[in-house]
Amino acid sequence: MTTTTMNRKIRESAGDRTLMFVIYAILTLVLIAVIYPLIYILSSSISSPAAVTSGKVWLWPVDISFKGFKTLFETPTIMRGYGNSLFYTAAGTFISVALTVMLAYPLSRKTFFGRSPIMMIITFTMIFSGGLIPTYMVVKSLHLIDTRWALLIPNAIWVWQVIIARSFFQSSIPDELIEASEIDGCSDLRFMGSVVIPLSKPILAVLVLMYAVGQWNAYFDALIYLKTAKLFPLQLVLRSIIIQNNSTGIMDAMKQVERQQLAELLKYALIVVATLPILIIYPFVQRFFVQGMLVGSVKG
Amino acid sequence: MEMAVEKPAKTPAKRSKGKLSGAAARSFAKHWQLYLIVTPPLLFFFIFKYYPMLNAVLAFKDYNVIKGIWGSPWVGTKNFKLFFDNPIFWDLIKNTVYLSGYLLLAGFPIPILLALMLNEVRSNRFKRVVQLVTFAPYFISTVVMVSIIMLFLAPRLGFVNVIMNHFGLDSINFLGEPGMFRSIYVWSDIWQTAGYSAVIYLAALAGIDPTLYEAAKVDGASRFQKIWHVDIPGILPTIVIVLILNVGNIMAIGFEKVYLLQNPLNLGNSEIISTYVYSIGLLNANYSFATAVGLFNSVINLVLLVLVNGLAKRLTNNSLW
Repeated sequence: MTTTTMNRKIRESAGDRTLMFVIYAILTLVLIAVIYPLIYILSSSISSPAAVTSGKVWLWPVDISFKGFKTLFETPTIMRGYGNSLFYTAAGTFISVALTVMLAYPLSRKTFFGRSPIMMIITFTMIFSGGLIPTYMVVKSLHLIDTRWALLIPNAIWVWQVIIARSFFQSSIPDELIEASEIDGCSDLRFMGSVVIPLSKPILAVLVLMYAVGQWNAYFDALIYLKTAKLFPLQLVLRSIIIQNNSTGIMDAMKQVERQQLAELLKYALIVVATLPILIIYPFVQRFFVQGMLVGSVKG
Repeated sequence: MEMAVEKPAKTPAKRSKGKLSGAAARSFAKHWQLYLIVTPPLLFFFIFKYYPMLNAVLAFKDYNVIKGIWGSPWVGTKNFKLFFDNPIFWDLIKNTVYLSGYLLLAGFPIPILLALMLNEVRSNRFKRVVQLVTFAPYFISTVVMVSIIMLFLAPRLGFVNVIMNHFGLDSINFLGEPGMFRSIYVWSDIWQTAGYSAVIYLAALAGIDPTLYEAAKVDGASRFQKIWHVDIPGILPTIVIVLILNVGNIMAIGFEKVYLLQNPLNLGNSEIISTYVYSIGLLNANYSFATAVGLFNSVINLVLLVLVNGLAKRLTNNSLW
């Protein structure tokens, strides 16, 4: 009896061990597959132009040089794009978070008459839309085309964020607190400002981060609504330089070969510069994103 | 004063229809400040989401810039007929469905597998590192993602071709090969989002009743049996919900990345409905026709989502609504 159990245990754990070995092996491969391209780009961006174009970079930087970054910082279009993106991200996030809270908090109150029809009205826009052209016509008739507002307003509220914020307010602002404030004669707005907002820092962090990343990474609205290059966010500048391979105006007086080498290097440097702000803060804020996904999925 | 108004408002938990307007009035009186702050966001939805739905009548008109949307003449279903009779119609449908179908087939199971594997890992540190790293590419913008793809797959200097040359293989212009387009799109997407998508399954796995694992242990289940009989059934509701969303969105595959990956050489496989609407509508200013194409797409999406949701409800009892 005991021997058979023992045997089974050993046999099973051998099978288990094989499974675990396979799992660790696969996960390690996944890890490498994800991280390698990122390291490669980072290494290329700080290698010498010649090393990049001759395929000498494999993992670590070769002939470390910061020529790519130096050129970037000396190029007005790129710096302006950077500045624009910072502005759009800051202003857009502020507008979006404010509007989202203004909508989500009333919808979280049980005594707010009309909350379910309003909820239906806004969630319906998740599954049906008028389409690209009809939306464009609205933005056009409001004279927002080719203005900074076009990137801040037409997509200011994401329904998903409203759902997340609403379920947070519902579950974390106790009814007793609301009743107590009502007995004290505290108005809704004052209650919101001095009780709800201070208690909602975690959800505000989620909203701020998600909107900020979305705004920083967006290019579609800029592509359809903006015409003046001066207003372009970084992503659109990036598209023109890397994807459309348009590097005129960046390096004027340079030899052909040198220019070509530098153009390649610049692409890597640009990718790093455009992504680094997010990837640097990412390890510290990842939990907020996970939180945001999960709060939403409970309700959704 | 406020006290007098709010006391009765708390009592009617279940109101009859006759009392409905009374409840509304009480709520308005009590919460007028909330109604005030809810107005700007609601206006946003009416102006930027619902007004465009009205504008979609453009699909049934022949748009004239001077007369505007409402003054332009009605043409019935002319624009739709034009679209259905156009030889590009079936190409667009095929390209759209093939691309999202491929993405669904390859991209849907991988995050589930990733989550199941991560769930087995005992070393917390390794688990955290894998999660942190695989989640990271999610934050890369579409423009940067496509830039990376183009740099890596470039015909001459691209990393992939340099390796291939190393092994004596000829260079391939990956992005110029129409047959490669879908694979490039799908696998780069998996690279970028698998870690992110796995999070939801990991949460579902964490929520499985621990007594089930104890019971499995008592029964002498192996690790694999435990995954098969406890883990997978435990996350099945989540899997179904995600599947509904994915299938329902099959015609709604995003414009952004496809558009950036397009070039004249791969257009035969890479022109999908949304990129076509953009080029015909905004680049060629053919507003009515583009609106018709877009509307057709939106309606198909809606119908698909409703159908899939109904089917899932009937078969598995899991549904979105």
